[in-house]
Amino acid sequence: MSRLQVVSGKGGTGKTTVAAALALALATEGKRTLLVEVEGRQGIAQLFEAEALPYEERKMAVAPGGGEVFALAIDAELALLDYLQMFYRLGSAGRALKKLGAVDFATTIAPGVRDVLLTGKACEAVRRKDKKGRYIYDYVVMDAPPTGRITRFLNVNDEVAGLAKIGPIHNQAQAVMRVLKSPETAVHLVTLLEEMPVQETVDGFAELRAAGLPVGRILVNMVRPSVVDVPVRTDVRRTDLAKALSSAGLGGARKGGHAEQLVDPLLAQAAEYEERVALERGQRGLLTELDLPVHELELLTEGIDLAGLYRLATDLRKQGVA
Amino acid sequence: MTLDPVPVLDVDPLIDDPTTRIIVCCGAGGVGKTTTAAALGLRAAERGRKVVVLTIDPARRLAQSMGIDSLDNTPRRVKDLDGDGAGELHAMMLDMKRTFDEIVEAHADPERAEAILSNPFYQSLSAGFAGTQEYMAMEKLGQLRARDEWDLIVVDTPPSRSALDFLDAPKNLGSFLDGKFIRVLMAPAKVGGRAGMKFLNVGMSVMTGTLGKLLGGQFLRDVQTFVAAMDTMFGGFRTRADATYRLLQAPGTAFLVVAAPERDALREAAYFVERLAAEEMPLAGLVLNRVHGSGAARLSAERALAAAENLDEPRIVDQEDGKEELRNSPESTATSSSSTAPSSPSTAPSSSPTAPSSSSRAPSTPTTDPTDSTDSTDPLNSTQPSEAQQLAAGLLRLHAERMQLLAREQRTRDRFTALHPEVPVTEVAALPGDVHDLAGLRDIGDRLASGDRPAGAA
Repeated sequence: MSRLQVVSGKGGTGKTTVAAALALALATEGKRTLLVEVEGRQGIAQLFEAEALPYEERKMAVAPGGGEVFALAIDAELALLDYLQMFYRLGSAGRALKKLGAVDFATTIAPGVRDVLLTGKACEAVRRKDKKGRYIYDYVVMDAPPTGRITRFLNVNDEVAGLAKIGPIHNQAQAVMRVLKSPETAVHLVTLLEEMPVQETVDGFAELRAAGLPVGRILVNMVRPSVVDVPVRTDVRRTDLAKALSSAGLGGARKGGHAEQLVDPLLAQAAEYEERVALERGQRGLLTELDLPVHELELLTEGIDLAGLYRLATDLRKQGVA
Repeated sequence: MTLDPVPVLDVDPLIDDPTTRIIVCCGAGGVGKTTTAAALGLRAAERGRKVVVLTIDPARRLAQSMGIDSLDNTPRRVKDLDGDGAGELHAMMLDMKRTFDEIVEAHADPERAEAILSNPFYQSLSAGFAGTQEYMAMEKLGQLRARDEWDLIVVDTPPSRSALDFLDAPKNLGSFLDGKFIRVLMAPAKVGGRAGMKFLNVGMSVMTGTLGKLLGGQFLRDVQTFVAAMDTMFGGFRTRADATYRLLQAPGTAFLVVAAPERDALREAAYFVERLAAEEMPLAGLVLNRVHGSGAARLSAERALAAAENLDEPRIVDQEDGKEELRNSPESTATSSSSTAPSSPSTAPSSSPTAPSSSSRAPSTPTTDPTDSTDSTDPLNSTQPSEAQQLAAGLLRLHAERMQLLAREQRTRDRFTALHPEVPVTEVAALPGDVHDLAGLRDIGDRLASGDRPAGAA
């Protein structure tokens, strides 16, 4: 199992939720995972119903069997100062740089520096060891930028390494790239069974492959359970349907009766349902063609709370994802 | 069912008003922002305006739905508009590198432009690192407005880390250009030929030394050459960015916050509404996409489920339940006409001559074992649910699911409304699939303009 698990997906597919559930699942049975956020949205804190995360690794949750999930919201600016301090003992120079606006420049405007810092910090956590030489974190799960930007985000180190041809930034970028392109890393794509997210997944997969980045699994989120068999039968007369509804206590079956009035709207809903199921089947087919492991996670209709997260984590474990 | 009436966002007066010159669609990723922008543009054009839609990162299908195989950095005319008084619709997709290149070409002499375009730092910067897209979207918007060829510009916003980044773009650029740092960067290049180093103080040389150490000498030199070459253009950059920012605050601009009735999307929408207010940007309202409705909203999820269970049960139980249902549910008697209400249990018998016999078929619902329960009942009055009953049970379960969805959507929506009761809202009924053609976009436009909620959306 790869030690750095990157979770991407189109906006709105629930990649933060899936990343958190994956971190929980991987922590099961006494493991320790770090869940990192790179987009400054504080989605993890909201998910775990906690206060906004500082730039500090914090224990967020306990997994079944005594594992632990830590979380970190990586802040590019602090990561840069941190980095300068760690590698160059540039504490005061760092402050001076900040005063000059150089830190702003580096983290918001300079091409790629921000992304290098974010991926760099995650890779540092992957490689970090304790005094006995054991890894501090068994797994690092990254709630990454959306599919449309993931390849550039992960590949930016390559570009920077080409831009800064020598020097520590160059070396750092190359070291990060070695981790990202190795089997130590797996990039998972979260999608829904809808046209646009699936199309983006298919495109994202091709881009990642072309860039030599390791794609892990397809995680289909919010899969709705089957409610009725399709195709919905059409050989039942409307009058019989009205009578059946009436027999269930829903009012009169005669024309204009309450049960009778239900027939049209209910059949219309059934037609929509059929259309949706057919569309989902088509999208599933497209995903299967990618030849990656595909996993489905049920829609938690009451929204995602902590209990829901644990449920998704259990489901991921059952499916062998963690 | 809502406590207070929420003001309805009326889209048509907004797009028909000749003083509306820019509409900005913003919101979280995956809520249908781009589709909303395209549908609005089409509707405005078919109602007589000359419109250009600037999309940032459209799905291929959306471009195709406008009859354009691939959108690029030049506005392309969309054909086959409906309506007698139709205006024009043009669509384009932001190409940030192309836009950046064009600025360089337009504002620098050929030699300098060439130096900039071939600079490795510039090439990376323009190819779209974090932030470039936002600057270029603003730049493009300013350009389109300055050309004054269209009387309405509908713009989509970039799929950013946060939907707000594009508002910060001019400010970031400004603070960078105002900063000392840029002077530090430029200093060595400028100083190069000079003997005197009077304005390059020690601190600065330490700084460039540090940067050189970090980035590598070549990289720093690339940056310096780039900054020096861009030097004369920076002023223009900032002037234009500031102008665009002011344009967004001007009366001719309307922001539409786009969201779906989901917790995260609406949370981001609420955040956006607050941010726009803080920036004194004119908010027209909220477009709530993918709202579900039901033509049978009077039937609650609970009653539908109870009725479905009722239909699954063996007949004898069914009749008891049916009566009980009637007794326990004042709603059913209250809403039923006096003639139909008492008749409901009596219309139940499955031995009814019109009901097709189903004794030979296995029921699709596995909840009851019909063979066990037949013993206790009259064989003529078969306990096995008829086909109509099976179908009815399925339809009722579907309905219950729909009603639960409606209730969830209502709750998330109410949270938003509680925070921002003043924001006008238009709801767009969910479509089963994606938009594939102009007719689909037109349909969305109709839904946008109808303003009211889909049937039954509570």
